[in-house]
Amino acid sequence: MNKIVDAALAKSFGLNAEEYAKVLEIMGRLPSFTELGIFSVMWSEHCSYKSSKVWLKELPTTALWVIHGPGENAGVIDIGDGLAAIFKMESHNHPSFIEPYQGAATGVGGILRDVFTMGARPIANLNALRFGDPKLPVTKRVVDGVVRGIGGYGNCVGVPTVGGEVNFHPAYNGNPLVNAMTVGIARTDRIFLSAAAGIGNPVVYVGSKTGRDGIHGATMASTEFDANSAEKRPTVQVGDPFTEKLLIEACLELMQTDAIVAIQDMGAAGLTSSSVEMAGKGGVGIELTLDDVPQRETGMSAYEMMLSESQERMLLVIKPERSEIARAIIEKWDLDYAIIGKITDTGRIIIKHKGVVEADIPLAPLSDAAPLYHRPFVETPKPAALGPTEDPIGLAAGLLKLLACPDIASRSWIWDQYDSTVGGQTVKRPGAADAAIVRLEGTNRALALTTDCTPRYCAADAEAGGAQAVAEAWRNITATGGKPLAVTDNMNFGNPEKPEIMGQFAAAIKGMAAACIALDFPVVSGNVSLYNETEGKGILPTPAIGAVGVIEDASKAMGIALQAGLQLVVIGKTYGQLGQSLWLREVLGMEAGAPPSVDLKAERRNGDFVRGQILEGKVAACHDASDGGLLVAIAEMALAGNVGPSLNTLRSHDFWFGEDQARYVLAVPDAAALLAAAEAASVPAEHIGSAAGDSLTLPGGISISLPALRDAHEGFFRKWFA
Amino acid sequence: MMRTGILLFPGINRERDMAIAVERSFGAAPRIVWHKETDLSGLDLVIIPGGFSFGDYLRCGAMAAQSPVMTAVRTHAARGGYVLGVCNGFQILTEAGLLPGALLRNAGLRFLSMDTLLKVERADTVFTSQYQKGEVFRAPMAHGDGNYAADPETLDRLEGEGLVAFRYAAENHNGSARAIAGIYSENHRILGLMPHPEDLVDPLMGGTDGKPLFDSLAAA
Repeated sequence: MNKIVDAALAKSFGLNAEEYAKVLEIMGRLPSFTELGIFSVMWSEHCSYKSSKVWLKELPTTALWVIHGPGENAGVIDIGDGLAAIFKMESHNHPSFIEPYQGAATGVGGILRDVFTMGARPIANLNALRFGDPKLPVTKRVVDGVVRGIGGYGNCVGVPTVGGEVNFHPAYNGNPLVNAMTVGIARTDRIFLSAAAGIGNPVVYVGSKTGRDGIHGATMASTEFDANSAEKRPTVQVGDPFTEKLLIEACLELMQTDAIVAIQDMGAAGLTSSSVEMAGKGGVGIELTLDDVPQRETGMSAYEMMLSESQERMLLVIKPERSEIARAIIEKWDLDYAIIGKITDTGRIIIKHKGVVEADIPLAPLSDAAPLYHRPFVETPKPAALGPTEDPIGLAAGLLKLLACPDIASRSWIWDQYDSTVGGQTVKRPGAADAAIVRLEGTNRALALTTDCTPRYCAADAEAGGAQAVAEAWRNITATGGKPLAVTDNMNFGNPEKPEIMGQFAAAIKGMAAACIALDFPVVSGNVSLYNETEGKGILPTPAIGAVGVIEDASKAMGIALQAGLQLVVIGKTYGQLGQSLWLREVLGMEAGAPPSVDLKAERRNGDFVRGQILEGKVAACHDASDGGLLVAIAEMALAGNVGPSLNTLRSHDFWFGEDQARYVLAVPDAAALLAAAEAASVPAEHIGSAAGDSLTLPGGISISLPALRDAHEGFFRKWFA
Repeated sequence: MMRTGILLFPGINRERDMAIAVERSFGAAPRIVWHKETDLSGLDLVIIPGGFSFGDYLRCGAMAAQSPVMTAVRTHAARGGYVLGVCNGFQILTEAGLLPGALLRNAGLRFLSMDTLLKVERADTVFTSQYQKGEVFRAPMAHGDGNYAADPETLDRLEGEGLVAFRYAAENHNGSARAIAGIYSENHRILGLMPHPEDLVDPLMGGTDGKPLFDSLAAA
């Protein structure tokens, strides 16, 4: 298996000529096959962030409540009561196209490990999914596999899947996006980090045995797809959620003792990245004897073991006098516990196998000299604003068309396959509120959780789209009464070697940073997925945002369900911006114009007002107006509460379908009081109707029965998978 | 008050939900019993909660039914002890032969997570005294294999002898024979059901429809 090491082999491993020259310089000799493998995965886009790092620095990452920002396995924030929320979102895009079920399942498994490796019990999973044109058979196959994979893994490990988002667009035909987010809870004084310490301390391998699956997965995630990508199926890993469940319980039980010095999951690039990062962060050296690695297959080489991405494995540095206590806990859970090496003072990673030194690399240059690119970029010119439009079909037909379209249709077919109640703490299940609400066991406190991005806005104007994604996440938490605290970002873009793609990336970061600063909403963790292209065609730029907020009194969490007798008031100014709106796409068949403008001052002012009204008990239901605009938001509230609203203000289609930002629809018992409070706070507010009957009555008198609305809304997925 | 133990097999994941529900009605926390324990003599009520015991990579519950603790569960049942199995717990009880029939893949071949409506077939057992006969209550279900099946003679016997505990009152999503959601043993001291009353015992989680089941046990 050991081939001749040269520039050609390096190229096949994903290292360019310049990078290979740097490897030779660092080593001062020809690297071994295994050493070249280690360099190639550590310097892959996926592990090194070599194209994105210079831009990611622009994002705000600090606040009083941030305990650990980017750089650890996941972000950590203080949520009060001595508790921390630990969370991150991560992509598994490339594997999910090649093998949808396992790709999505292992995506969930990987992000869970990033969170519980820090000492947190995972309490919620979310996801952000983008698929291609629903008319294509392949899209149906991918959707089915991804949904089954997310459910298959999450349901089995017993972490409720409580939220997510789904979009469809032909730009994802050959490159779906599967972004998975996990949120966990730990005590603020019991957070575990990955920096190794203690010369001579044993390095311990825990979890599943190592096989030949997923070798070079991180490299695969760093290249474009072509027609032969199906041949890459062997680089996809296979998940075992049962073992993951054991690993969660075993690690959390072990964390109750004082045995652990450092811990890190073996994710992308497996044993290589975990050992290199742990030793590197600790400023120490590490020596591994691969003969002691639990192996699932016979005859594995050092190269294969170091690059395997077998799932459900952890690497620990243990206090030597606690090793047998640790072993007893791990073996109680029927998991492998093997001492495979030790921490050294050499500053090098030394890999031994069958008495031979297979790798001996200085750690500092492996990370410090990793390539860092200031790639050329050009920003896409911003589109002109959309001119006036005519409504050819009327409000009623437009509403039904929008409710039935794939981007708005009810997602219940999806979430009905995810266990959202396990744990017994789910206050608001999927569809019940703008953000999922999960109580913290044994307290009155709850977290509000959401994922958001509107890629069609980002494609038209990446800066506005980046800001909008952050603003919408903030708004969705606010609409539940939650105080938004921090975000994790999952940057999904095309090939960064193309200047226009880097231009999208840079602009999206600029917009996100502005919104994060204006809304006190720092980025504490994230993931970058580039090269999302197939046959040279890139995806829509998709900076997916996962966000966490807190509600101190979970009983105040607000849902979207309308109730009879309430008055409807829209908060925030409606300009009727139809550029890049779903109405424009679905009714006029155009994807054109500028996306809605993002006014961060208005966003903050309107949101703070709405949250205050909710917490004061003045509001009975609240829903933000986003995709599809006001009328779609009102219809969704009506369907959730099974009560028909009657609208009283005669306005044209752009008022009802425009996607202006910073708006909420509130259902309140006392509209006059709310309008007065809004005026006092200089917040735009307008009374637009009331809730009474069993149909939605449009201004002018046309009404649509609730069953007709429901058929339109529920129809898409049910028919597609009938 | 019944001395209660919740069995913990590897892969079980609703033991915390169950413990919360028990403590809420009983006022005391249950004992968590690891699957390798062999003595249940101090317990009046043994609960097997939901999850994916041993991953359920074989038939659901088949591996757990062979665990050491199940010998003790049989002894406990033989001396008239109470047993409640929910979801995977129900599957384990059928695999262990403590309840008749089997749970097959859901009719639609998909995992189903949604609220379902259950009709109380009889309100004179230790599990249902706080419900009314014929009462319909809501319970979340979350399973891939909840399609109750048995041969016609067994189904007739279950119905004839009053051993059907709950039926799906509205839609029978998983395709269970005769809409059966839960059954009793002949002495009505063992109950197995697929939906999760333990996840609906707190108004904050959307209702308390499942609480009477635990209140019934607490009152026994």
